[in-house]
Amino acid sequence: MTAFSQETFDSVADIIADICSIDRAAIAPDSHAVNDLGIDSLDFLDVTFDIDKKFGIKMPVEQWMEEVNQGDADADEFFVMKNLVVRIEELRAAKAV
Amino acid sequence: MNLEYFQMVDRVEAIDLERRAIRCLAQVPERSTIFEGHFPGYPVMPGTLLVEAVAQVGGFLLMALDGYSRMPVLTQVVKARIREAVEPGAVLTIEAEVQQVSSGISAIDGRISVAGSESRTRAAECEIRYRTMPFPAPGLRELVIARAREIGAPVTAAGPGEAQR
Repeated sequence: MTAFSQETFDSVADIIADICSIDRAAIAPDSHAVNDLGIDSLDFLDVTFDIDKKFGIKMPVEQWMEEVNQGDADADEFFVMKNLVVRIEELRAAKAV
Repeated sequence: MNLEYFQMVDRVEAIDLERRAIRCLAQVPERSTIFEGHFPGYPVMPGTLLVEAVAQVGGFLLMALDGYSRMPVLTQVVKARIREAVEPGAVLTIEAEVQQVSSGISAIDGRISVAGSESRTRAAECEIRYRTMPFPAPGLRELVIARAREIGAPVTAAGPGEAQR
């Protein structure tokens, strides 16, 4: 089980604050990227892009969206910050293998 | 180039799918209604159309790489520099390479150079991002593929939705 990483959270929060012009202090592990932070889909693409670049991963965001739309997954699993960080950690771990 | 129809690429001169790079040729037309306004007595290619030309070249590269399964749509001009005026009749070399492909978003770096009598000068350079999405209108993919063939871009077998992700 991959754990939450404060360091990764800080990096992701910095990226979101920068791209979406959101006060960094308003971004908490429990924040929902869409419902709480109000990130729109175009900004989220840019956030994805920068996270991919920073960590050398490829977040399958479109696949996540599909799972949410088909009812196979809860949006919170991907878009609540602490969960997003765990997803990122999983992708980094998978890449390191 | 046919500026009125936004056909900015005449020919793919080289494409390297491994290196994810492309080089195209395009000749600015001698006459266009655009030059009547931009500018009277001083016809030059609008810088925005040079950016569009780089965006189209990068778009053809991205589509060739994923078997024309998705359409890249310009969403962000991260950086653009127009270094010199491009006049009617100029022969342009437009190059682009992939900077990054992420889920639903891709980025390229590109540049335009103009062939002069003795040397080649850099006219523009851009960093461009696209949203990549399923072709949004029926028949559009086929039209894009037909245009790709016309300009000599490689069209490989991958069907819609088969590549990427």
